[in-house]
Amino acid sequence: MSGIVNKDYSFWSLFTKGLRHHEGWEPAWRSPEPQKSYDFVIVGAGGHGLATAYYLAKEHGAKSVVVLEKGYLGGGNTARNTTIVRSNYLWDDAALLYEHALKLWEGLTQDLNFNVMFSQRGVFNLGHTLQDMRDIERRVASNNLNGIDALVLDAREVKERIPLIDTSKRARYPILGASLQPRGGVARHDAVAWGFARGASKYGVDIIENCEVVGMDIADGRIKGLETTRGYIGASRVGCVAAGHSSVLAAMAGIRLPLESHPLQALVSESMKPCLDTVVMSNAVHGYLSQSDKGELVIGAGIDHFNSYAQRGSPHVIEHTAAAIIEMFPMFSRLRMNRQWGGIVDTAPDACPIISKTRVKGLYFNCGWGTGGFKATPGSGHVFAHTLAHDEPHPLNAAFSLDRFWSGHLIDEHGAAGVAH
Amino acid sequence: MFLIHCPHCGEAREEEEFSYGGEAFIARPGKPAEIGDEAWGDYLFMRKNPKGWHWEMWGHATGCRKWFVVKRHTANHTIAGSWTLTEGRKVYDAEATS
Repeated sequence: MSGIVNKDYSFWSLFTKGLRHHEGWEPAWRSPEPQKSYDFVIVGAGGHGLATAYYLAKEHGAKSVVVLEKGYLGGGNTARNTTIVRSNYLWDDAALLYEHALKLWEGLTQDLNFNVMFSQRGVFNLGHTLQDMRDIERRVASNNLNGIDALVLDAREVKERIPLIDTSKRARYPILGASLQPRGGVARHDAVAWGFARGASKYGVDIIENCEVVGMDIADGRIKGLETTRGYIGASRVGCVAAGHSSVLAAMAGIRLPLESHPLQALVSESMKPCLDTVVMSNAVHGYLSQSDKGELVIGAGIDHFNSYAQRGSPHVIEHTAAAIIEMFPMFSRLRMNRQWGGIVDTAPDACPIISKTRVKGLYFNCGWGTGGFKATPGSGHVFAHTLAHDEPHPLNAAFSLDRFWSGHLIDEHGAAGVAH
Repeated sequence: MFLIHCPHCGEAREEEEFSYGGEAFIARPGKPAEIGDEAWGDYLFMRKNPKGWHWEMWGHATGCRKWFVVKRHTANHTIAGSWTLTEGRKVYDAEATS
């Protein structure tokens, strides 16, 4: 397996491999045995972790990088989210971070030579009350000042663009209008993990699956290495990108994080003809959906409010979301659901991520993305790679340090983040 | 979704009847003005968030509306027991010292 050459994908390679019945494709990434030690160890081979490794190798010239994954690559929240990408956040710090990610998304397929199927089909955030509409006006104004595309639509304009939606006044929660970010959209979640894995592997990053971190070797306030299920791995710098399990890793280092892990659910329907060509989100009635290229509705539900590491959620949460979806789209009332699942999200008190150094030298955390980390995948990896390479945050993630919970400089994004993603 | 036994009502009821109050037994620092920012931030925001047994607060929102504590396993939702705050504290302290 090791030593493979990652030739670029192209129309020509597809054509020539096609002539040979598609035999001879090589694995997209190497699966080597772990070395004794590395300069950089990334814990967690989800989108964020793989992106971190990719940018470390590509932009910072790191030669000795490994990504450790407890399960299989991209099998956690990367595989479980509803793939919505947007950057219409209220506060400057958050908006600029997510916009950084969105700009990377726009060139990602070319950069990775891997089709991440990024589709900028627009994202609507619905308003159902006068206060919702005031909040939307404020957020859109803030977005525009930050150079982020956003506009306010009234109910008639929403109906024009989404003919299936019920904007009648007799609805329980009538739709008064919406914000629209035209550059928002969806991407193919698995392809993001695979593309970053392939890209990282091409730059010499080792990706080790089925390798769980079970302990941290810390001496004199500095990380020395990690105990794993595949033996001890020495490390100069360790970046933890473990989403819902961040608190578990932090506990190994004696660090407390302001996180709570919750199950977040999603579901997809049976396939049907194209009927919804954009992304619709409603914080107020709590439902968000888009239609995949396969024709399924991809629906995001809410979190269970209790702490949990079980990757399953409660039926009443889904019932609530289904009711909201039918309220907005009465036509979907007889649509059958195919699959439903849960992922464990690490929610932070201010609904913003933590991309930070810690008091242990050489140990860094990128966590707290809560219910909406997918949209930030390339940006998160990009700034976290900078943080690891320079031992200093990138200007875009300086505000997202762990210190903010002691200094009080919280970035309150519950309005734009909430649960709906 | 699971059943929770309310020690005040003496009945096991559906989780939907209850509201979740997060980690139990977080003590507010006695003299906030005299402790540092880090200790105060720790009290306000930092949580154990264990993958395993978790002592947590629940309120019987649509029942007796009283609060109590539950010891629940966060990986499989098994509940070891539920107690009033006073009784739960005794069990919690006994576990901590044993």
